[in-house]
Amino acid sequence: MAFTVNINGSPRSVDVDGDTPLLWVLRDVLGMTGTKFGCGMALCGACTVHIDGTATRSCITTIDSIGDSKVTTIEAIGATPAGAKIQQAWLEHEVPQCGYCQSGQIMSASALLASNPHPTNTDIDDAMSGNICRCGTYVRIREAIKLAAQASGKAG
Amino acid sequence: MNIDRIASHTSDTNLSRRSFLAAGAAVGGGLVLSLSLPLGRSEAAAPESFAPNAFIRIGSDGEVVLTMPYVEMGQGTYTSIPMLIAEELEVNLKQVRLEHAPPNEKLYVNPLLGVQATGNSNAMRGAWKPLREAGAAARTMLVAAAANRWGVDAKTCRAQDGEVVHVPTGRKLTYGELADDAAKMPPTGSVALKSPDEFKLIGTPAKRLDTPAKVDGTAVYGIDARPPGVKIATLAQSPVSGGRVKSLDEAAAKAVKGVRQIVRLNDAVAVVADHMGAAKKGLATLKIEWDDGQNANLATDDIAKELEQATLGPAAVAQSIGDADKAMASAATKLEAIYQVPFLAHATMEPMNCTVHFRGGECEIWLGSQAVARVQAFAAKAAGLPPEKVIVHNHLIGGGFGRRLEIDGVSRAVEIAKQVDGPVKVVWTREEDIQHDMYRPFFFDRISAGLDGKGMPIAWNHRFAGSSIIARWAPPLFTNGLDPDTTEGAIDLAYALPNLHVEYLRVEPRGIPTAFWRSVGPSHNVFVTEGFMDELAAAAKQDAVAYRRALLDKSPRAKAVLELVAEKAGWGQPLPDRVGRGVSLQFVFATYMAQVAEVEVSRDGEVRVRRVVCAVDCGTIVNPDTVRAQIQSAIMFGLTAALYGKISLKDGRVEQTNFDTYQILRINEAPAIEIHIVQNSEPPGGMGEAGTSAVAPAVTNAIFAATGKRLRKLPIDTTALKQRA
Repeated sequence: MAFTVNINGSPRSVDVDGDTPLLWVLRDVLGMTGTKFGCGMALCGACTVHIDGTATRSCITTIDSIGDSKVTTIEAIGATPAGAKIQQAWLEHEVPQCGYCQSGQIMSASALLASNPHPTNTDIDDAMSGNICRCGTYVRIREAIKLAAQASGKAG
Repeated sequence: MNIDRIASHTSDTNLSRRSFLAAGAAVGGGLVLSLSLPLGRSEAAAPESFAPNAFIRIGSDGEVVLTMPYVEMGQGTYTSIPMLIAEELEVNLKQVRLEHAPPNEKLYVNPLLGVQATGNSNAMRGAWKPLREAGAAARTMLVAAAANRWGVDAKTCRAQDGEVVHVPTGRKLTYGELADDAAKMPPTGSVALKSPDEFKLIGTPAKRLDTPAKVDGTAVYGIDARPPGVKIATLAQSPVSGGRVKSLDEAAAKAVKGVRQIVRLNDAVAVVADHMGAAKKGLATLKIEWDDGQNANLATDDIAKELEQATLGPAAVAQSIGDADKAMASAATKLEAIYQVPFLAHATMEPMNCTVHFRGGECEIWLGSQAVARVQAFAAKAAGLPPEKVIVHNHLIGGGFGRRLEIDGVSRAVEIAKQVDGPVKVVWTREEDIQHDMYRPFFFDRISAGLDGKGMPIAWNHRFAGSSIIARWAPPLFTNGLDPDTTEGAIDLAYALPNLHVEYLRVEPRGIPTAFWRSVGPSHNVFVTEGFMDELAAAAKQDAVAYRRALLDKSPRAKAVLELVAEKAGWGQPLPDRVGRGVSLQFVFATYMAQVAEVEVSRDGEVRVRRVVCAVDCGTIVNPDTVRAQIQSAIMFGLTAALYGKISLKDGRVEQTNFDTYQILRINEAPAIEIHIVQNSEPPGGMGEAGTSAVAPAVTNAIFAATGKRLRKLPIDTTALKQRA
């Protein structure tokens, strides 16, 4: 069945079963490989995208559940104010190691910052504990989110 | 591995020989330097003929291109290695570009492993001297070329920022302008390397070159390869090692939209589809009946019992100092203990995957590997082709940790691709990835010690049994029942122990494959030796730091990191009830490291690691930010294993499946980490793994301090830590 989904501001049409997870539509059908596969059960957060601004695990989000909602992926998150600040902070703190989980980390962190410009340590833990990093970059993720939050403060 | 011994041996001989560097004209113009990185212990004898395995090309455009055998998997190699060349060549780091070495076992041998591979924390150790020498040689030739062109004495010229300057007149020529001339210069004599106080780049934090692409989603990993027309496959492999497919009903799978083909192998079934969603859906509808074979009833306890039995008899002597038995007989106090560590999965964030296009007469492969020549060789075998007919495209690695030194997934993907028309990307589900990993081995250890009247150790006896990865992976390095990895951390201890006897028995467990896993031999041995050292201190009723320090008079670098970590951690300062500090000290991967963990144990046994303080002496620091990043990472990796890591077998099947049953430490559990670096100009030690092996004993020793409960088995059993009402 054909579905048309708004991804990064453009309508994209795909012909797949309605129960196909968004993750595979992005990666295999549309060739947008920035969003990563980690577990397939919403346990690791590698596949995190935004749906109407909310961090969402695309590996368990079926294509027929999206409707008119707006999907944002790592490929376009830099165009949002929070996403740009997070990416900049990630660069400044040299957060990634192998880097595989970082698309998901950045999507979760961007959603946090967009909804909460000055997150506490507990806020960061709550928002980020669904994202596993096997390289253990957690110390730097925390620092980078705080740096991005400072940048938010300066901006207004 | 006792790389320190190997490295110092080779650096005394091969590394400093100028004959292992050659220069000439590059194809298409410019200067090319070929250098030969020395081989590992098995081939310690210097080869007669010059066989270069790394290349530096300086083009007419001034660009410096390094082709080398090490891969980037998050450890920062692609930034820190070019720093070595840039330092001596006097160019900006941005002018040095790295190219993935194509698979060629002969050309790109890792000097310390003797094969084309990145592992065992040795990229920097192998490259440290030869790459600086190559940079210096190239600089000398470029200066000579400039002096020649100007008709001046080379001594009046200086290299800086990719140019040669004639100091008296201020004339300048770029390296690009000089590269062709430099290639014609006669071979240079001995080239002096900079002394550490002259370093401009080495020792300064450099931004990693691979970071931007890892932040905006454009980094391409093996799993992201998309050759035109690629289909996606996922698979179910026999849940029991050695089992096979008895019957298969594929009717329902074939009816799934997007499913193209079912591939049946002896011991696996793959569903090939337009996308992974369809492949997984198809796989779920398959009705597969397995013949489990001879391992059908296997359980982890069976393996543990076999290993326990094996440690009752004699084994290969890994190290013997003095007479431990005699000293034991005269000891005032005797202690003995049994330690065990479990099988562990790698659980790299990027699940195993391999893309293959089998075209009959040749085979093309896309993946991320730590050992591309091995990939080529085994793919060729699976494809029934000569190696030169296998083209391998290496990619960024979404977590290596030793998993991507193995080629089991490549062979499997080629078997599938042989039955598929066109390219196919085989992607393991997380469940398949965890249940068909090759695991850090289970080890069973018996250890005993004798203390004199003052409580100091006069005898140390240690015997353990488990798998040798080296014996399978690099057979020539397994000799007389021993290999350089499995015993590292159990022998050559930093402590002065007058009578020490260490034995190892290789026992390969049936029904479960084993592989290298971050911090390899030390991941097991340091837990045992540092846990037991803590037991000795406790038996002697002495402070754990003071006790260790008393044994370090002959190891000043070890003593220094121990003292530093104790000071920074506030060792000895009071802590609340059920909070404790534990210390560990190790000398592995040619790096000295001490850690203090501060751990809180709740009344119901829950363990919270609040803080880890680490002091490290890894010799010369090339990129200090990478050193810190690697230690932060390695500590988290080791904590995951200490707190949760366990792969167990029941009915021949791995019981763990996904991140719910194979837990990984999360940010809300991550401790504060403080790193203190000892600065010196010793040769660099390995950095990628040391932090992992040091943390488990620091944590269990802290738990002892907090609760009085000694843990000799990993992962930490929290039920044993519950406080009785």
